[in-house]
Amino acid sequence: MKKFDYFKPKTLDEALTLFSKYGEKARLIAGGTDVIVMIKQKAMAPDVLISLQGISGLDQIKSNGTLSIGPMVTHRAIEKSEIIRKNFSALTDAADYLGSVQIRNVATIGGNICTAAPSADTATPLLVLGTRIKIKSLKKERDISIEEFFKGPGETMLEPGEIVQELLIPKLLPNTGSAYYKLQRRLALDLPLLGVSVLLSLDKDKITCSDMLCTASPISSILHKMEEDNVVCKEVRIALGVAAPTPWRAAKAEGLLRGKKLSDELLEEAAETAAIEAQPRDTVRGEAWYRRDMIKVMVKRMAMKSIERVIQPEATVFPERLW
Amino acid sequence: MPTLQDVKENESMKQIIMFNLNGESIEVEMEPHLTLLQLLRDKLELTGTKEGCSMGECGACTVLVDGKAVNSCILPAMEVDGKSVTTIEGLTDTQGNLHPIQKAFIEYGAVQCGFCSPGMVLSAKALLDENPKPTEEEIRHGIAGNLCRCTGYLQIVQAIKAASGQL
Repeated sequence: MKKFDYFKPKTLDEALTLFSKYGEKARLIAGGTDVIVMIKQKAMAPDVLISLQGISGLDQIKSNGTLSIGPMVTHRAIEKSEIIRKNFSALTDAADYLGSVQIRNVATIGGNICTAAPSADTATPLLVLGTRIKIKSLKKERDISIEEFFKGPGETMLEPGEIVQELLIPKLLPNTGSAYYKLQRRLALDLPLLGVSVLLSLDKDKITCSDMLCTASPISSILHKMEEDNVVCKEVRIALGVAAPTPWRAAKAEGLLRGKKLSDELLEEAAETAAIEAQPRDTVRGEAWYRRDMIKVMVKRMAMKSIERVIQPEATVFPERLW
Repeated sequence: MPTLQDVKENESMKQIIMFNLNGESIEVEMEPHLTLLQLLRDKLELTGTKEGCSMGECGACTVLVDGKAVNSCILPAMEVDGKSVTTIEGLTDTQGNLHPIQKAFIEYGAVQCGFCSPGMVLSAKALLDENPKPTEEEIRHGIAGNLCRCTGYLQIVQAIKAASGQL
């Protein structure tokens, strides 16, 4: 492996000073599960690595209405967080099946979004959860929405010298459920063929068909019941990964559902719209037509999983109960 | 603190780290670009930890850092400064007796070529330390980052079940 020097600053300001001093010669390193692999593969060749591991306070999950996640929080810590499992379930789904235990013990959420792979597991959950990102440099601090954060494959809008300081998830509406599905060929150590996150907020917490959600009833009969119940979708967010150059929100599909009464036909139409909006590519991992077909299937299933989670926040995505 | 000029002039500028290795405090002077795996195998000559893919995918290099399983092949050795590292060499007790997980691996035939075994045993230890009675699904999820090309995993899962007193 290429030689580099290694700094382990104790404060964020010290890290920012080093980062601006060495500029392009330096790379920040969080868990290093991407950076070290990229150095080994000669995809990057920094002279200096600035580790953020020595800075205290960046690895905290705090909740006081708004959920604050430090950039150095590991995927393992997210996977184990009860607050996140109950209220921001899509993020648990993503953390739980990223890499392996060994990777999750080290890899951080800040690193995951800053590497900005189109397949980043935490990206689409953070998109549907309406995350804001606090960024700091020596000159200024700013706060942007995660939708503006991703610019292209491996590219973010971070300017030279900037460090992600905090991820903030605002309080969600009552009766909200969310879910992320990672479509992959094996259940561990795989990159997604497709990542689908959905968040749904309903106008009521009592649904007469709630029992059916936990049975093997067909999706259409559950939705038929829901239609009779006049369940209105107050808020909806749909985000897709590996379906465009960056993780993104399917705005047209969301527009069809927002404020409307839920029905089988409407959900079908929204899922189809998301598939049409998407710009998947043919890659070694899968072909575009297949990704498009699966968007249609998975958006609907994750919408159902979100509804199930309004009633049962602990319902799991794997092993599959996929309607 | 070294400057970039220093780095260029003396590319192999060494740094000193201190950590606890298998119960003993040690101090090592090393080049900062080394991975923990390189430090363990090449400098400290603890070759029980194996190098497989070297990209964080196969788990052969698994060691425990502060009790948590990590891939030592992609962990900068600098990051274990002040921490405690357990390798497969540190699993036997003071009399040299094998750890119960190791005994179960032998008893259930969970070792064939043996290359994945050190990592597999350490992943199993991290799992059982955190969750002493895992279900089969939890065991499989817990060792998902350790590839074994011989056994088909069945004997390994059985050995871990046995070590947790569930067989």
